[in-house]
Amino acid sequence: MAGAGALAAPPASVDFAADVYPILVESCAECHGPGQRMRGLRLDARPSVLGAGAPGGLVVAGHPDQSELYRRVAGLAEGPRMPLGSSLSSAEIAVIRRWIEQGAAWPEGVGAETREESRHWAFVAPVRATPPPGESAHPIDAFVRQRLARAGLDPAPRAETAALARRLSLDLVGLPPSLRDLETVADDRDLDRLVERLLASPHYGERWGRLWLDAARYADSDGYEKDMPRQVWFYRDWVVDALNRDLPYDRFVVQQVAGDLLPGATQEQIIATGYLRNSMVNEEGGTDPEQFRMEALFDRMDAIGKGVLGLTVQCAQCHAHKYDPFTHEDYYRLFAFLNNADEAKVAVFTPEDQRGRDAVLDGIRAIEDDLMRRHPDWEARIQAWEESVRGNQPEWTVLHPEVDDLSTGGQRYLLLEDGSLLAQGYAPTEHVAELTATTSLQEITALRVEVLTDPNLPLGGPGRSVYGTGALSEIRVEAAPADDPGSRAEAWIRSATADIDRPERNLDPRVFPHKEGTVRLTGPVHFAFDDCTDSAWDLFDGPGRSNQPRKAVFVLDKPIRHPAGAILTVYLDQSHGGYDSNVGQNNNLGRIRLSATGTPGPVADPLPAAVREIVERGSGGRDPREHREVFSYWRTTVPEWREANRRIDGLWAEHPAGHTQLVLKERPVPRTTHVLQRGDFLEPGSPVEAGVPRFLHPLPARSELSRLSFAEWLVDRNSPTTARAIVNRIWQAYFGTGLVATPEDFGTQGERPSHPRLLDWLAVELMDSGWSLKHLHRLIVTSETYRQSSSAAEGARAADPQNRLLSRGPRLRVDAEIIRDIALAAGGLLSRKVGGPPTHPPAPDLLFKPPISFSAKPWPASTGEDRYRRGLYTFQYISAPYPAFETFDAPNGSTACVRRTRSNTPLQALTTLNEELFVESARALARRVIADAADESQRLGHAFRICLARDPLPEEMALLEGLLAKARAQLADGSLSPWGLVSLDPGSGTPPDEMAAWTVVARALLNLDETITKQ
Amino acid sequence: MTPTQEPDTIARRWFLDQCRYGLGSLALAHLMRMQGPAATRKPHFAPRAKNVIFLFQAGGPSHLELFDHKPELARFDGSLPPPELLEGYRAAFIDPSSRLLGPKYGFQRAGECGFEISELLPHLATVVDDVAFVRSTVTDAFNHAPAQLLMSTGAQQFGRPSMGAWVTYGLGSESEDLPGFIVLNSSDTGPSAGTALWGSGFLPTVHQGVPFRSGGDPVLFLGNPPGITRRLQRDTLHAINGMNRIQLERTGDPEIATRIRSFELAFRMQGAAPELMDISTEPAETLKLYGAEPGESSFANNCLLARRLVESGVRFVQLYHEAWDHHANLTKGIRDVANDVDQGSAALIKDLKRRGLLDETLVLWGGEFGRTPMTQDTGGIGDGRDHHPGAFTTWLAGAGIRGGITVGRTDELGFRSVENPVHVHDLHATMLHLLGFDHTKLTFRFQGRDFRLTDVSGNVVRELLA
Repeated sequence: MAGAGALAAPPASVDFAADVYPILVESCAECHGPGQRMRGLRLDARPSVLGAGAPGGLVVAGHPDQSELYRRVAGLAEGPRMPLGSSLSSAEIAVIRRWIEQGAAWPEGVGAETREESRHWAFVAPVRATPPPGESAHPIDAFVRQRLARAGLDPAPRAETAALARRLSLDLVGLPPSLRDLETVADDRDLDRLVERLLASPHYGERWGRLWLDAARYADSDGYEKDMPRQVWFYRDWVVDALNRDLPYDRFVVQQVAGDLLPGATQEQIIATGYLRNSMVNEEGGTDPEQFRMEALFDRMDAIGKGVLGLTVQCAQCHAHKYDPFTHEDYYRLFAFLNNADEAKVAVFTPEDQRGRDAVLDGIRAIEDDLMRRHPDWEARIQAWEESVRGNQPEWTVLHPEVDDLSTGGQRYLLLEDGSLLAQGYAPTEHVAELTATTSLQEITALRVEVLTDPNLPLGGPGRSVYGTGALSEIRVEAAPADDPGSRAEAWIRSATADIDRPERNLDPRVFPHKEGTVRLTGPVHFAFDDCTDSAWDLFDGPGRSNQPRKAVFVLDKPIRHPAGAILTVYLDQSHGGYDSNVGQNNNLGRIRLSATGTPGPVADPLPAAVREIVERGSGGRDPREHREVFSYWRTTVPEWREANRRIDGLWAEHPAGHTQLVLKERPVPRTTHVLQRGDFLEPGSPVEAGVPRFLHPLPARSELSRLSFAEWLVDRNSPTTARAIVNRIWQAYFGTGLVATPEDFGTQGERPSHPRLLDWLAVELMDSGWSLKHLHRLIVTSETYRQSSSAAEGARAADPQNRLLSRGPRLRVDAEIIRDIALAAGGLLSRKVGGPPTHPPAPDLLFKPPISFSAKPWPASTGEDRYRRGLYTFQYISAPYPAFETFDAPNGSTACVRRTRSNTPLQALTTLNEELFVESARALARRVIADAADESQRLGHAFRICLARDPLPEEMALLEGLLAKARAQLADGSLSPWGLVSLDPGSGTPPDEMAAWTVVARALLNLDETITKQ
Repeated sequence: MTPTQEPDTIARRWFLDQCRYGLGSLALAHLMRMQGPAATRKPHFAPRAKNVIFLFQAGGPSHLELFDHKPELARFDGSLPPPELLEGYRAAFIDPSSRLLGPKYGFQRAGECGFEISELLPHLATVVDDVAFVRSTVTDAFNHAPAQLLMSTGAQQFGRPSMGAWVTYGLGSESEDLPGFIVLNSSDTGPSAGTALWGSGFLPTVHQGVPFRSGGDPVLFLGNPPGITRRLQRDTLHAINGMNRIQLERTGDPEIATRIRSFELAFRMQGAAPELMDISTEPAETLKLYGAEPGESSFANNCLLARRLVESGVRFVQLYHEAWDHHANLTKGIRDVANDVDQGSAALIKDLKRRGLLDETLVLWGGEFGRTPMTQDTGGIGDGRDHHPGAFTTWLAGAGIRGGITVGRTDELGFRSVENPVHVHDLHATMLHLLGFDHTKLTFRFQGRDFRLTDVSGNVVRELLA
């Protein structure tokens, strides 16, 4: 089309924003725009075209023939015709002409506002573009075809219906269509019904969840050197579920960034904050925990930048962004929103666990209610009891010890303001912490060791074990006069009391294995000073009650008396972990506070810390929860309620252990955020207040400066990039390349969109639909653009080699996990179970052992159904990625990934040819077709349809028959044995040779390019 | 489909253009040879080098401790740098109040050329007469990933073809059994910029680097599954590729052509790789020369493997050893890493030379940038150096390189390249020149523009040429 000089009939009237501006932006601004500004000219900016400083005669309103702009694009001027190398179509030229004839109106607010420094397109909020008029009813097609027409290209014809069914199925749920799907799809109405069915499928969330998990850098391990397993799969399941119920995208983001801060946050909303906690954790020996907390925050900024905003922000971590108007201070102002949380690991419960937990808690409540009912005087009695215990504690002086760094085995003890020491970083399985404190107390009769809870400890502590508990193997005390540090003497412990004093039991060797096989005991507090490190005072009290502060009081045999005060050295032997600190077998105390007293014969306060606090406050102003808390303790002291107490203990024993999940927990006292010079946490610069960069939209009026308002800001209607970024990534998943080819960077260094108005239209449409992602998917897959054939005539391919103009349908090798899913589905092996703990399909052992792995990593091979779960569920070690997926470009979860590469290598061929599960799938596919069909050609056709959703061509049939014949011949002449290929139990009575021959054919089919390609 | 179109025209054109390989009617044997000599583009002039081994020292080795002796820096250890030194200096990390840090190790003259080399590199000192040192290398980027990308692909952004891809695009591979471009990694972590460092960018994916494991199985899933003989594997591939070819003709998608090639190459690798990657068959003397130990994953082993790969016709071997990022603990850290790479690097040159391979193999050694003469820590108390793009040392040896020379010079503090600065693009231009290509003419048209490894820059460093 696009005749060179001939003029098309001028349109009756043109609208600048809808008709003219897109031409200027798409065809001119690459050279005369914000980037290059050739000849000082910006054709996307009003002042540069019409302003005072614009070149004379560029646009003479009403007179196109005197306007250089028109003369250049029409080829009428002396200079070269513009745009260089590719002319405008005659229709476009006519639009420009008409616009100038009409008076060259350029409304305010359209395009860039200044000559020199316009706002980059992506930093201006999208406005709904008007789809070009024409034959295409579907807005996507209208935009795409207008662009194609400009390039003189025709769209490709419609793909065949069965091919579309396969494309839709792979796109929407990441699985091949079932044979029934194929049988029921005959026309467009069937396709539309299929779309609805797929959008409603639970597998939709798995397919699209995987893409989000890339951006959320999901992995099942900590990363760095140790790369220990972590439990975060509740977050993965949350993503899948949120997409399945089409949680509006803005809420989807808000819950992940600040779900914990929502009023009455549910377990689900708290789990969502796992998004931010997916950062790697470094527990290498001797690391500075603060350094890696900072690294994690940098990672969160990066993930939000790339994943939500579509902006690369990490440059500004160290200095002002080189290209985008993003300053060093902007970075740390955003950072401040995230910098006020603790790194929590909380217990989470499946619905089934939750029911069990409710049963326990309800049962306890019922017993307690019953006690209250049967003893109406309970309130008076409790009051009397409170009177009797209020103020009955001796005075304890908190010590502020120093820790001998060499004694901690690489663990770091962070001194907190209350004098407690929080254990962080590397967690050795055996160490004797040496704490030294000077006190002015002249007489010391006893020491108290409190083991406190903290949000940064597993399950809140008070220990660092997988249960959030710990054990004290032995305590020793030495004392010296403060004025004579040299004369140190052992201070023997005579007796001890504790508020947890469990009976003796063996340390669980599955959780804390010991190399020598020594039987190690845990239990009552006297185990901590029995001069035997094989026995320890244990803080574990079952899943429901373990995570609370504990204390023990150690009374000295002889009081320490030094008139000038004393120097106390306390040795806390913590040797009740397993042998391997690389897989989290520690059993350490998590947060320790030491105190001393001169009062004679003190005992550990039997009241739990929380109850003590309520009681000491007096009886006024208690809320019901506090009343209950006091009652729950007090009832244990009532001798005649022994039976009821016993029943309650029995209930506690049934409390489910649940699982854990990394989440964020906001701190009550905010941290101060500083600009970090060169991104170095050791070089804090000036403090900054939370805030947002000026080049983006402002915070909603009157927002608090909280992580929640930051989250709301991210998805504010005025955000210029948020909706565009997610629309673009989804588009990218369908077509291989986004409308913006750099999904991670919409900034000035990113690529300009191929279809800017389509991008904006989709972004606004998404927001107007209530941020419904399913709506967006439906829009895309119902367009003719999506439904084009992916084959390309030579001319079209040459004119549009990367399909950026969308002149044909997408043809792309599917993502790593889907390749596996396709094979398992073809073999009928695929488990359709949704959610749950990660699985361990077969993998080469050597990957999880040194020297390839830093340390031996657990890989308990999954059996039964779990062997055949979708790729999404495969356990993901950051440092030892599952090889069949890594080879096909799955990201490892170390950092946010919004664009997978799509490589094509011999290693991939080796994987699909030889890897265990692929071969097993081939075997299963063989079994399936032998069972389903009777004769050879039916079987071949059946296998073909299972893998490719179409019938074979005669040439293809011939090749398969040839392979089958060769395999049979080799089996017959004995050069091939069937027993490697078929399992020992071939089933169904098929002769082994026949089963083997069909397995060979099935394996070939699973290895076809088309089988692993969406086309 | 467009039934009126000659179905395989585009694919045929693609093949003939990119791979010198025709379709359908051509026999399978041709397919197996498709990246052999027949596949090569015509060099612009007679090449001096056939193969390249790039020993990438990722992390940024300190030239000041290794190759660039600066007595003045020692003299001013602990003092503030002269203000004029930093004037106009643009880098993110430099704090002007950082003090100078004297070299942590001594230097001695070596070889007939008398090159001054660090005491940390005693093995390399024995081959300096075969090596050309470029003391004035400069780069544009001061962070790892962008700088590694620039060194590996000629651009700081992700997505450009890597030099190995350009070279195999230009010359094809001599090996029918192995990929033309193989990557070996010997550090605990992978390089910062990841797989993009050996990607093919917009070049056909056939040219991307293939990572081989140096420990354990060279390539996972290399062996046939139980019950599949080599003959049956061959027959299976015949059917697979036959069907893939039918689809190539129908869809015209060049990706299928790459897939066909991937399967063929996979098959041949199954035959060749296990033996090739097993260094235990090397004579004890050779193992000792490299300090290689079969079964280990080490830089030394990878150097030996690089020789074996080149010997087998692999065009481009890239070793990554990411270990040089000494912001702190420089004194011990650099000694340890130098110890890890010194012997293997030197042994590679000696071994290639005695086998007559050095004449046709270009060996490059260098990182993505150098390190600052200033200490990283304010006040001059630290034991570390920061990233420094303004001056660092790289070296070249082998095919067409004049040994025993030094190109370029830095100022007295090793801060700026003051004489004959050699940009990364210049190194690339020189490498391509030695391979027989005018770097301005080895291009690939993509999205309306001719791209090349050297972007819009690059000059051949004539002084380096023998």
